[in-house]
Amino acid sequence: MRLLLVDDEEEFVATLAERLSLRGIVADWVTSAKGAEKMIETRHYDLALLDVKMPRVGGRELKKIIEKKLPGIKTIYLTGHGSAEDYQAGSAEAEYYLMKPINISDLIEKINDALGK
Amino acid sequence: MNKLLKLFSPNFLWGGKQGKGPLYRHMFNYSRLWRSAVMLTALSAILPLLAITWFDYNVTQKAVESETLSRTSRTVSNTKRTISSFLAERKSALDFIVHDNLYEELIDPVRLSVILESLRKSFGGISDIGVIDASGQQIAYIGPYLLEGKNYSGQDWFKEVVERGIYISDVFLGFRNEPHLVIAISYELPAGSFYILRTSIDTDRLNEQLLNLELGAQGNAFIINSKGVLQTPARHHKKVFEKIVIPVPEYSSKTEAFQYNDPDEGSQILGYAYIPDTPFILMIVKNKNEMMKSWHKTRFEILIFLSIGILIVMVGVIGFATFFVNNIYIADQRRIKILHQVEYSNKLSSIGRLAAGVAHEINNPLAIINEKSGLIKDIFQFTDIYAKDEKLIGLVDAIHNSVARCGTITKQLLSFARHMDFSFQPVDLKKVIREVIGFLGKEAEYRNIKTSINISQDIPEFKSDRGKLQQVFLNLFNNAFAALSDGGNLDISAIRIRNDRIRITVADTGCGIPEKDLKKIFEPFFSTRTTVGGTGLGLSITYSLIQEIGGTLEVTSTVDVGTRFIITLPLNAKMIKEKNNALTPRG
Repeated sequence: MRLLLVDDEEEFVATLAERLSLRGIVADWVTSAKGAEKMIETRHYDLALLDVKMPRVGGRELKKIIEKKLPGIKTIYLTGHGSAEDYQAGSAEAEYYLMKPINISDLIEKINDALGK
Repeated sequence: MNKLLKLFSPNFLWGGKQGKGPLYRHMFNYSRLWRSAVMLTALSAILPLLAITWFDYNVTQKAVESETLSRTSRTVSNTKRTISSFLAERKSALDFIVHDNLYEELIDPVRLSVILESLRKSFGGISDIGVIDASGQQIAYIGPYLLEGKNYSGQDWFKEVVERGIYISDVFLGFRNEPHLVIAISYELPAGSFYILRTSIDTDRLNEQLLNLELGAQGNAFIINSKGVLQTPARHHKKVFEKIVIPVPEYSSKTEAFQYNDPDEGSQILGYAYIPDTPFILMIVKNKNEMMKSWHKTRFEILIFLSIGILIVMVGVIGFATFFVNNIYIADQRRIKILHQVEYSNKLSSIGRLAAGVAHEINNPLAIINEKSGLIKDIFQFTDIYAKDEKLIGLVDAIHNSVARCGTITKQLLSFARHMDFSFQPVDLKKVIREVIGFLGKEAEYRNIKTSINISQDIPEFKSDRGKLQQVFLNLFNNAFAALSDGGNLDISAIRIRNDRIRITVADTGCGIPEKDLKKIFEPFFSTRTTVGGTGLGLSITYSLIQEIGGTLEVTSTVDVGTRFIITLPLNAKMIKEKNNALTPRG
């Protein structure tokens, strides 16, 4: 099981990856959509944890790009923002739509859920 | 009846419910609008009415006046004929005598006394008769006085009769102290000489004729001579030979009538005619007021007609003006209510956007703090070095808990903002109520207000407008909090009724609403908290919001016990909303 974390907040995404690895979940992280595209060139991921609001390319757009390369990948959106459309579309498109800040155990639970689906 | 009374005494006349603020700046001054509407329409209706009435009044008055004058003039004319013929008869009699008798017969006293006797029998009122020769000497005389041999040649009348062939004297008293007049005619003898036959006539007959005239209107018929001296008694305290107050009118061959203002008796109608070949002027004086009596009645009728006309016009004008201004007023009130509602929801959505912005900005650093402190804790737990250090773990937990609390707040804010503009979507009633209560949680805590939420388990998620529901509950809870004193209770309960509806009850144990206010609380601008910043719109907006989502709002209240708002919502609002739209096009 390998996760890809994409969030423009490096402090957040790096720490989260470290915490997940402490719990035995392998997670790579990048801070932009471009980085994410590079990562999926070389590796397979089971689940992508995407920030919805990112500069230039946002999470929802990125999801489409990733899905082209890796069909069947699961997605969880993670956001600090909550515009109405994002919420509606996000909760429909992705497995989960989670709000920052998030409890680590909740997150792991959702990840397992998503992968188990 | 009430409705009729309201038509004539609507709210706007007493200033209406005027609020403060920019929305009211463009409101009409209704009572001024009403006044000018009434004035303009009344003027344009009443002025022509007045003009026509004035015109009619004048025309009628003139007609009546000229009718009065001509009536008087007719009477004068008739009377003149009577008087003329009275005198002409006597003159003709004298004419007959001189033609029927020779001069020699006339100067025979026996014959003359027979003639006098005949005249008396035929005419009456003849007191004497005499024959005067060309030298002015009275040759024969039959009568009560010894006037035989008297010479008249120096007297004016003698000259006149010589000149004109006839003479009729003014009325005078003479020796007998009886008013009488003298008629004399001259007769030319074949020899070229002439003689005069002279007779005295009592004026009693004449007076009688005048007094018996049916004049009416306190009329008064009399004869004056050319100097204005009364020749016959006038009906009112004027004796014969007195000079009348009325100036002698100008000579006219026709009968004349005019108005005359008597200083004592007021307005009079005066008709007169000069009686030809005599010094007499016949005069008839009538009281104008008496004659105009029929006019006074007509005038009164015209005035009554005018008053009724004005009354009807005014009632109509005031009724219409009130009706139209009231409609403007109601439309304005409705407009302001809608503007308020728009303003209110605008305000709410700006607050929502602001909250969302703040929440978002805070969420990201919050997430970082969360992860960092989480990592610290992880390190503690996954390595043995700090695992035993209870204090450090405690500190990290404290940070964690605070972050979680902040997270809850920002999530609440976001959730509130997110649903602000939403239309119909599945709604979890319990969640909505909890969210709204969440905002008031702190106040409830400080004021020790106990809130209890009791939602029946069989209420499913139902489609409704979440934003509107939030607004409704926020308004109702705010009201309840305002009514509650510290330590009161707010109970919110919801049950399912009739399978397709939900009944939500919001009950407080606050001050309650007096019965007289209860009917008005859903009216816009009705507020008992005006002094403390209430707009009077909260419940009005709540009411229309509930209507918009297909529900109803009812209220029951007991003063000092509490107030209970009951909301009934449809479970399937979509259907009802469509119906609602069709039913309420006026919004």
